[in-house]
Amino acid sequence: MLRLLRTFCLRGVAFLYLAAILIGPLALVFFRTFEHGFRPAWDALSTPETINAFKLTLIITAIAVPLNTIFGIACALAIVRRRFPGKGLVNAFVDLPLALSPVVVGLALFLLYGRDGWFGFLGEHGIQILFSLPAMVIATIFVSLPFVAREVVPTLREIGDEQEQAARTLGANSWQTFWRITLPAIRWAVIYGVILTAARCLGEYGAVAVVSGRLQGETETATLRVEERYESFDVAGAYAISIVLALMAVVVLVAMTAIRPKEGTT
Amino acid sequence: MSTAQATVGQVRMQSERASTALSLGLVTTYLTLIVALPIAALVFESTNVGARGFWDVVSSPEAVAALKLTLWTSIAVALLNGVLGTITAWVLVRDSFRGKALVNAIIDLPFALPTIVAGLTLLALYGPQSPLEVRGQKLNVAFTTSSIVLAMLFVTLPFVVRTVQPVLLELDEEMEQAAKSLGATELQTFRRIVFPNVLPGILSGVALAFAKAVGEFGSLVIITGNLPYKTQVSSVFIFSRIESGDRAGAAAVAVVLLAISFGLLLSIGAIRHYATRHDRA
Repeated sequence: MLRLLRTFCLRGVAFLYLAAILIGPLALVFFRTFEHGFRPAWDALSTPETINAFKLTLIITAIAVPLNTIFGIACALAIVRRRFPGKGLVNAFVDLPLALSPVVVGLALFLLYGRDGWFGFLGEHGIQILFSLPAMVIATIFVSLPFVAREVVPTLREIGDEQEQAARTLGANSWQTFWRITLPAIRWAVIYGVILTAARCLGEYGAVAVVSGRLQGETETATLRVEERYESFDVAGAYAISIVLALMAVVVLVAMTAIRPKEGTT
Repeated sequence: MSTAQATVGQVRMQSERASTALSLGLVTTYLTLIVALPIAALVFESTNVGARGFWDVVSSPEAVAALKLTLWTSIAVALLNGVLGTITAWVLVRDSFRGKALVNAIIDLPFALPTIVAGLTLLALYGPQSPLEVRGQKLNVAFTTSSIVLAMLFVTLPFVVRTVQPVLLELDEEMEQAAKSLGATELQTFRRIVFPNVLPGILSGVALAFAKAVGEFGSLVIITGNLPYKTQVSSVFIFSRIESGDRAGAAAVAVVLLAISFGLLLSIGAIRHYATRHDRA
């Protein structure tokens, strides 16, 4: 009896917590967006600025995700399979984006590529980095850097290197060993990491807000557009863009849930 | 023949070394360009004004107020997460109910959802347009410290749950049964058996949540209104300094946040190290 009571109490606390923080607010925004039908939401979404903002977000994601995937795999292999001086430092720098404020990231890039920064000379040679696409891509790469590496490292540790060594003794070179043995073994971890990276890229706000310059229709991503719409008292527009971003998040969530059990078995 | 074999071996060794050097070179170049150089530029900028100037900026009343607010809200959020996150993880592992898979999936939503959207959704339910009423008055937490705590709770929700859940899943229920059969009460079993086992998970989750809370920006922009001395946290302080062109001020406070992040990462590493060493013993 007491046990049952405790179970229900704990369940109640957990549900209440999730409802108050997560489900309640989201449900309300969903309701408010479609309160007056689909038409207003559609109108808000089909403005050229909003379409441009989503395009820009997708372009940045399409550049950042593959780069971080290649880096993440190479980095995980280096951390797990190799010994080299400064490994602790590499480990620390890979984890840093997880714990660092996105505004600090943005500021660091702002200082590095700004006119007085160490890379400020690029601007004098006509290579525009700050307040344009390159800086936004770099900022996004920075904040989404750790995810592939962090997912792949434990899987690499778990599978060990016996199979790789066997392939080597049978005459495979390191490239062949990677493609035929290592990559198939870590593929689910890589895919899971890619999903996390993509989610982080699509949703990045703080770092991009600092380095983008926020030129409407030019350097405004979807998340920046949400804030701009809200500040211009177009709450319906902000909600409509938010709903699209939330739907993207749900797609990510479904993918995460579908892949997680498989990750455990490889 | 043997010399030919030796050369083949040498060539392979050389190509192995070349590929190792290549991959290490790639990793370190990428890390240097993307992470290390910007961080170095930031630290360098903060030292530009000298130790005296740095201290003046960091100890200015507005910066101190922002940092204090950031720290105490983050500590509150981390502790709340420690309790509520552990309960949620427990319910997800030991309880069974309909729709558990769905609830389990939803835990990750704050990670997948853009932070700016998180702030907007919280404002919809708890802001000036809130449909909720408390004692006949409209509930409105916008521009208050409660809104900061609320937003930080939202974005840090997954951390403790996701670090405690796997430990609870692996925990052998036989240990608990043994304790109970030896006459331990529910509470004793929890305190002596379950809690020590999940503690490292709770601690590293709490530390991650704290780190995330200290640096949180996107979800706070809209909902806190950025009122200096009242609702301005450090990240928002840095942002407003950048916008007003005060680079030294922004850089100095950013370096303080950077130091906090590094310290937290080190302690999370130490917790993990301790937990795994404990396993082997």
